[in-house]
Amino acid sequence: MSPFLDVKDLKIHFPTDDGLVRSVDGVTFGLERGKTLGIVGESGSGKSVTSLGILGLHKGRGANISGEIWLDGEELVGASQEHVRGLRGKKMAMIFQDPLSAMHPFYTVGDQIVEAYRIHNKVTKAVARKHAIDMLGRVGIPEPGRRVDSYPHEFSGGMRQRAMIAMALSCDPELLIADEPTTALDVTVQAQILDLMRDLQREFDSALIIITHDLGVVAELSDDILVMYGGKCIEYGSADDIFYRPEHPYTWGLLGSMPRLDREPTERLLPIKGSPPSLINVPPGCAFHPRCPYTERTGDKARTEAPALAETEGGHLVRCHMSPAERRDLWENEIKPVLETP
Amino acid sequence: MTAALALVASACGGGGGGSKSSTGGGDAAPASQYKAAVTQVVNPSTKTGGTLRMGMPGDFDSVDPGDMYYGYAWNFARFYTRALTMFKPVPGEEGLQLVGDLAEDLGKPSDGGKTWTYKLREGVKFEDGTPVTSKDVKYAVARSLDKDILPSGPTYFNDWLDTGDYTGPYKMKGKLDSWKGIETPDDRTIVFHLKKAYGGFDYFAMLPQTAPVPEAKDTGSKYKEHPVATGPYMFKSHELTKRIELVKNPNWDAATDPNRKQLNDSIEVLLGQNEDDLDQRLLSGKIDVKVNSTGVAANARKTVLTDEKVKQYADSALIDRTWFTNINGDVKPFDNIHCRKAVLYAADRSAIQGAYGGPDAGGDVALSLMPPKMTGYQKIDPYGVEATPGGNVDKAKEELAACGQPNGFSTTISFRNERAAEKQTAEALQQSLGRVGIKLDLKGYPQGDYFKLYAGKPDFAKKNGLGLMVYGWGADYPEGFGFFQQIVDSRVIRPAGNTNLGVKDPKIDALIDQAAAETDATKRGAIWAQVDKQVMDSAFILPYVWAHGLFYRPPTLKNVFVSQNWGMYEFLTLSTQ
Amino acid sequence: MLLFVVSIATFAIFFLVPRLAGMSADDLASRYVGKAANAQVIHDTAIRLGFNDPVIVQYGRFVKGIFTGVDRNYGPGIEHCPAPCLGYSYVSQNPVLPDILNRLPITLSLALGAAVVWVIFGVATGVVSALRRGSFFDRLSMGIALAGVSLPIFFTGIVSLAIFRDQLGLVGDVADWVPFSEDPLTWANNLILPWVTLAFLYAAGYARLTRAGMLETMSEDYIRTARAKGLAERVVVLKHGLRATLTPVLTMFGLDLGLLLGGAVLTESTFSLPGIGKYAVDAISNNDLPQVMGVTLIAAAFIILANLIVDLLYAVVDPRVRLA
Repeated sequence: MSPFLDVKDLKIHFPTDDGLVRSVDGVTFGLERGKTLGIVGESGSGKSVTSLGILGLHKGRGANISGEIWLDGEELVGASQEHVRGLRGKKMAMIFQDPLSAMHPFYTVGDQIVEAYRIHNKVTKAVARKHAIDMLGRVGIPEPGRRVDSYPHEFSGGMRQRAMIAMALSCDPELLIADEPTTALDVTVQAQILDLMRDLQREFDSALIIITHDLGVVAELSDDILVMYGGKCIEYGSADDIFYRPEHPYTWGLLGSMPRLDREPTERLLPIKGSPPSLINVPPGCAFHPRCPYTERTGDKARTEAPALAETEGGHLVRCHMSPAERRDLWENEIKPVLETP
Repeated sequence: MTAALALVASACGGGGGGSKSSTGGGDAAPASQYKAAVTQVVNPSTKTGGTLRMGMPGDFDSVDPGDMYYGYAWNFARFYTRALTMFKPVPGEEGLQLVGDLAEDLGKPSDGGKTWTYKLREGVKFEDGTPVTSKDVKYAVARSLDKDILPSGPTYFNDWLDTGDYTGPYKMKGKLDSWKGIETPDDRTIVFHLKKAYGGFDYFAMLPQTAPVPEAKDTGSKYKEHPVATGPYMFKSHELTKRIELVKNPNWDAATDPNRKQLNDSIEVLLGQNEDDLDQRLLSGKIDVKVNSTGVAANARKTVLTDEKVKQYADSALIDRTWFTNINGDVKPFDNIHCRKAVLYAADRSAIQGAYGGPDAGGDVALSLMPPKMTGYQKIDPYGVEATPGGNVDKAKEELAACGQPNGFSTTISFRNERAAEKQTAEALQQSLGRVGIKLDLKGYPQGDYFKLYAGKPDFAKKNGLGLMVYGWGADYPEGFGFFQQIVDSRVIRPAGNTNLGVKDPKIDALIDQAAAETDATKRGAIWAQVDKQVMDSAFILPYVWAHGLFYRPPTLKNVFVSQNWGMYEFLTLSTQ
Repeated sequence: MLLFVVSIATFAIFFLVPRLAGMSADDLASRYVGKAANAQVIHDTAIRLGFNDPVIVQYGRFVKGIFTGVDRNYGPGIEHCPAPCLGYSYVSQNPVLPDILNRLPITLSLALGAAVVWVIFGVATGVVSALRRGSFFDRLSMGIALAGVSLPIFFTGIVSLAIFRDQLGLVGDVADWVPFSEDPLTWANNLILPWVTLAFLYAAGYARLTRAGMLETMSEDYIRTARAKGLAERVVVLKHGLRATLTPVLTMFGLDLGLLLGGAVLTESTFSLPGIGKYAVDAISNNDLPQVMGVTLIAAAFIILANLIVDLLYAVVDPRVRLA
């Protein structure tokens, strides 16, 4: 029995004048109903492209898509645009980051929810409006009967994000993808939104994918975490695997970049040097090698041979040339002590 | 030959009834022959009905008979007005002949030409049925004296009538009867008293200013909205600057009017048309006749002259206009007549004829100033132009030597910027005069201010050394006075806005006075011929082209001919059926 | 503020137009009398028209006429031109305002008709070009658009007349203006070529503007959101994409229409339409100051009005502009 969402070797490549952009280059994961997957990576790592790919938003826009996406027993990569469009918003919905730009400035919040609802439900405007008010109330917007007629610019950032969530949930989606749902918000509001999402997920029993560059966001919500780098998955495992037994140097870097209340926000324990790789000219060998502090340990192999994603134990997958023993040794003796320094 | 053709054709036009023009000269199909309408009536017809569609690039200066000055306006005005006299609407030279219109006959001069008496026809009525009386004519002339209200017409009556203190019926209400400049001893007799004798008064009587205006219906400057008709047509509507529609005047009686017919049911004039487009519509027969003085414009001229299918319906005809250059005696060394004559000899008139469009679209090489179709013209060629239209360099050099400038000299030639032909003329002169060492500087000025500020302002012309000034003139009416007086009489020169750009010869002035006072038309014509000769002898003017207009008549247009008088199609006879 | 600018502008015209012509009072007057008037008549005319008065007095008289009306001697009597009176033409001696208002329906018919054509074609072309960026249609239509903005109307006008009326006979030969109320078919028949020709000029600009706007808008986040909701692409483009693109289009439209109502100068001249533009051309070529002033004021009024309407429409179109 395959999981509710089953993504197999998904590749999304964009041909451009400068060359082929391999935004997503062979990603595989699965997700059950009621579970949460965190996809983590820097900008340009391919995490957002993956989520839009699941929604089928790259179809017909000049992208080369291969692999398989199974949603509730239905394959989506080979399905028609029109069919995927019918699922979009209903079976799977998305919450975008920065709702100020993601909501249409010329239509009221209510109208935009009504529109989303009426695409998939043959109801009158009045019924849809009632539903919209109901949804706004459920995401915790006060006076929803009045705010339904407000425009996005008349909302605060947090309220806008709530409205965005209300819109995404309006058709009871079974798969919900949240792309950086809290990035534009301040810390206290972030927490409220995350709480809200967790509550709603339980209520709707939907599968949730949270996409973020910030491990802190997924720490509390996720069951599984997928770390992406240069269009590829470099580490995949349960939240415990990633937080307590991480094995990839990049993941260590991400952990070291997490803002913590007990430190200055600018302070980075394990800074990742350099910048994310170009997706056109991916470095040969291990894509991470130019930035990896341990490149020398594997010699020329790092520069010539691409490491495979290999299981270390119990479903924990890592893409690294170093041996599992060497990685665990590094984690226990060099990284963990630094991270746990008060 | 020409006259014979005209007579045959017009006779045919009287009784033909739709057949093609008869073949007085032996031509097979004169109706579709280039220049056919210059000498005879093309497509004679007496059928009635239909609308004559006229189109005009601009607007009339006015359609108020007391307030118009352009030939096409006078031509048009006779559809709805009847002046005391009129030019006979027939082709050929006979068309230069004046006949009685509202008056039974031409005027009877007395007192040596200072008093002119006209007898009105019996039974002429206004469009509302009111009989026309001599008082209506007197009132019409009197109102035209007031240039504040009616500024556009000619000032012949102001200048020549014995007006005394009288300034017209608008400023001097109720004084009309006591004004004795014009007397109306009875309802059908009108007597004009002049300040001094003028033999050509019948030409003044032809002006639309003598067309009767009922005082009760006069609305001054608004009269043009609906001038009251005495002719075969009357105004149905006049959308100012847009459109005029004339319909049959039920109170016009053919019995009182031997010169007009009422063939069209209506006449429509579209005003303010884009000229190129208007020409296109004319060529495709959607417009019957174009209202202007020179025919089709430059763009359409090419089509007309190069496409034989089109050309067969076109006419190139002399108009009363000469293109010439003034030689300014105020600018040295042109104060010396020999230097002026050197220019007259050296100029290449063929090249200039080309600049104006060649023989068809431009005109004939001019031998003297007076246009040859005018009454009284006698052929003279004092500079041997006919033999050497390209110029006579040897004679020019002789004249330069006599002037004391054997190696030539430098001077400036002015022209109107907007007129390509005038610029090319200046260039042609630069080249041909250069052959004898006269070097020309070209200087163009804006056309709108050419007379007010530049060439027509003697101070300016002298100060800026404008030795030569490119120019041209058309006659008000085809008689010497109407052509010469404004351009060669030194007494009309004023500080600015001149029409005479510097011809100052007492002999010419004296001849003009003599001609003006002569009441015998033949003798008068002879004096105008003398004026023409004297102008050439005093060498203040270098004439080079007798202008032609290039006119087009759609094949469907009936009773068409070029009036020698108007130098355009005679409007009165045109019909479409 | 706008009224102030307009009044300064009109005064400048009043002051400068005769000066630019470089004419004395008599020179100026000589244009408004017959072609061979003598010096005395010209001089009297200059005095009658008030050309010898200081410009400020002449201007004052003009402004006063707007508020109190003008009395004029037309010969047999005195005529009162009621306020707002823009004076009488020197050339035709007609009162200026009725002349202009009389021509308004023509310019209005031309401008509005053309506007409908150019908005529909311009925006549609722009949208399709943007959605199929780089396609043959895009290149072709943008090429045509370039031609559209570059070719002068007296060229396209005459050419289209020659082709569609004279060669193909697709439109009738009625060159006369017929009001809509009299005969709508003839009205449209007479105007179709001017509409299309004028629209060709403007549609080009709108196509380019719409294309650029659509390209920008279609990459906005809210378009992605709309797609994520499962909206059909047609709805995404028309309801979400075009709606946002129309704001700059609306601005341009208001200004263009305002300008056009002040007279589509070249189109009216080319097609012999006796509208306000033709009037303006004739007024300027005749140096007929009252006409020039009148047409300037009316044109300015239209531009102000159009701007006002655009500002109001802004609030309708873009809720962010609305006042709280």
